[in-house]
Amino acid sequence: MSIAVDNVVKRFGNFAALNGVSLEAKPGEFLALLGPSGSGKTTLLRIMAGLEFPDSGRVLFEGGDVTGLGVRDRRIGFVFQHYALFPHMNVADNVAFGLTVKRRRERPKRAEIVRRSQELLDLVQLGHLGKRYPAQLSGGQRQRVALARALAVDPKLLLLDEPFGALDAKVRKELRRWLRDLHDRMGLTSVFVTHDQEEALELADRVVVMDQGLIVQVAKPQIVYDEPATAFVYDFVGDSNRIPVTVQEGRVMFGGEPLDVPVEPAPNGPALLYFRPHDATLVDEGAAGALPMEICQALHLGGATRIEGRIAGVDPLIDIRTGGREVPAGGRAVGLRLRRARLFPTPA
Amino acid sequence: MAARPASDGRLGRIALLALAMAFLALFLLLPLVSVFVEALKSGVGVYLDSVSQPDALAAIKLTLLVAAIAVPVNVAFGLAAAWTVAKFDFPGKSLLITLIDLPFSVSPVVSGLIFVLLFGAQGWFGAWLAERDIQIIFAVPGIVLATIFVTFPFVARELIPLMTEQGRGDEEAAVSLGASGWQAFWHVTLPNIRWGLLYGVLLCNARAMGEFGAVSVVSGHIRGRTNTMPLHVEILYNEYNFAASFAVASLLALLALLTLVLKSALEWRYGYHGKGGGH
Repeated sequence: MSIAVDNVVKRFGNFAALNGVSLEAKPGEFLALLGPSGSGKTTLLRIMAGLEFPDSGRVLFEGGDVTGLGVRDRRIGFVFQHYALFPHMNVADNVAFGLTVKRRRERPKRAEIVRRSQELLDLVQLGHLGKRYPAQLSGGQRQRVALARALAVDPKLLLLDEPFGALDAKVRKELRRWLRDLHDRMGLTSVFVTHDQEEALELADRVVVMDQGLIVQVAKPQIVYDEPATAFVYDFVGDSNRIPVTVQEGRVMFGGEPLDVPVEPAPNGPALLYFRPHDATLVDEGAAGALPMEICQALHLGGATRIEGRIAGVDPLIDIRTGGREVPAGGRAVGLRLRRARLFPTPA
Repeated sequence: MAARPASDGRLGRIALLALAMAFLALFLLLPLVSVFVEALKSGVGVYLDSVSQPDALAAIKLTLLVAAIAVPVNVAFGLAAAWTVAKFDFPGKSLLITLIDLPFSVSPVVSGLIFVLLFGAQGWFGAWLAERDIQIIFAVPGIVLATIFVTFPFVARELIPLMTEQGRGDEEAAVSLGASGWQAFWHVTLPNIRWGLLYGVLLCNARAMGEFGAVSVVSGHIRGRTNTMPLHVEILYNEYNFAASFAVASLLALLALLTLVLKSALEWRYGYHGKGGGH
């Protein structure tokens, strides 16, 4: 099922949570809403679900207007960040809840409900825990129960609000792959909210980067990482370094010296030069077109050498990763040549 | 404090404990024991006679009737108020919370007077009510109204912090799964708050049965008709009928003890710790 929002605006008192947002998820797509806290991503998800209502704009399911429908009538699956499992019901009853509250005419027989609940628990690999209570489960297990519960009503659209936010790193990675697999097998359309860029890049078909109530970029993970639309996206997605420079007649100047760096042409004036830690090479001190840097600390770890360096007039420290085994000594002065970088004019 | 020798700390602890115990014995235990001692001083026969006298039975019945009306009404109001405060944001929310506490901050006598001023013969609605032959003051409806007013905060104050802490997540989950508002309340909200609610009901009930001041103002003290147990106790006492007075008082005290036992049993069984509403 496709879902679209069209020019949605939402304010909470004086705070503009969404400033006119339009977006479409195609059938079968897995979409990530990525942004810092306060960027409006959760509000957008809740508006898609019918848990909040926009001040203006529309929500469309398969092209049909559902803006006025509440969450009960939208027939979506919603997974909450803190699971929202019902503490007084056992796991099987939690999963069966969506079936047991159906109107009598539509409600399956008791035996059918039990069977379906067990089937869903098996699907999330918790078939043996039906009699347990939520408090007796680990965080990862609870989130899988929450997912099974959301799937019980056969939703075509699955909305997840920071589904792995409360879990530790290892469980997160496992669940991520498992969720992606489930999404593909069940033919769902899914939208999930996260502030974890690694999660968004690994899991989603397309990443929607949000900032201050606006969508700043919608693209495939690779594109978001390699060709960030704005300085904000470059900063937020992946590790990066930032150098304040000046553009003069198409040349990038730092400390009065021209830098040798391949960038798109930019207008004259102050600008910020962004580059990834692995897009720089150490060269000799004073090499033409290289940034003068002093090594602070270097460490060989996990097949890469991590170097922290200081460039006069630049704050914070510069982060470099090289594939070589050579670990430069602290305090050494070197040059830094950038193989790839992006230039963004400094906002006035 | 940390620099003091350990023996000093122990001494201080024992002194504090002794002080607390002595205070408790003097001001709580002793009066309670004296009620039962006085009640049974003239023998069990007199005790049973006193509590089975027609006026006493009428007072007991009236007290039970008033509690049976006031408690359910306040459960309904308390739930509605707590739900509104905890699950929604609206202007005037803090004003509402303050208003809910009003019966606690106003003297019960004043609470009673309010109803006399409103519904008494000389009151705002007095003439209107007299025309229609409806009596509220010096009758059962007045007693019920005053009791409802005085006991209003117990359920609401017990539930507001609990429901605020629980938030809206569980209800949103229930509705997203297709539950109606009523189903969400019945299957999700109510089980989440049941122990807090029961605790509020116990406190509300104890106060409804024991309320004196407000009820005294609106009752009119008509024997066998508008006397509740606390009022009956006072009348007997003023007539120097101490044995009978203490006998009825002991029934009220028993009720209070029963409430305490129930509350402790609940806390022990479910590890629930009451928040707010400490009156």
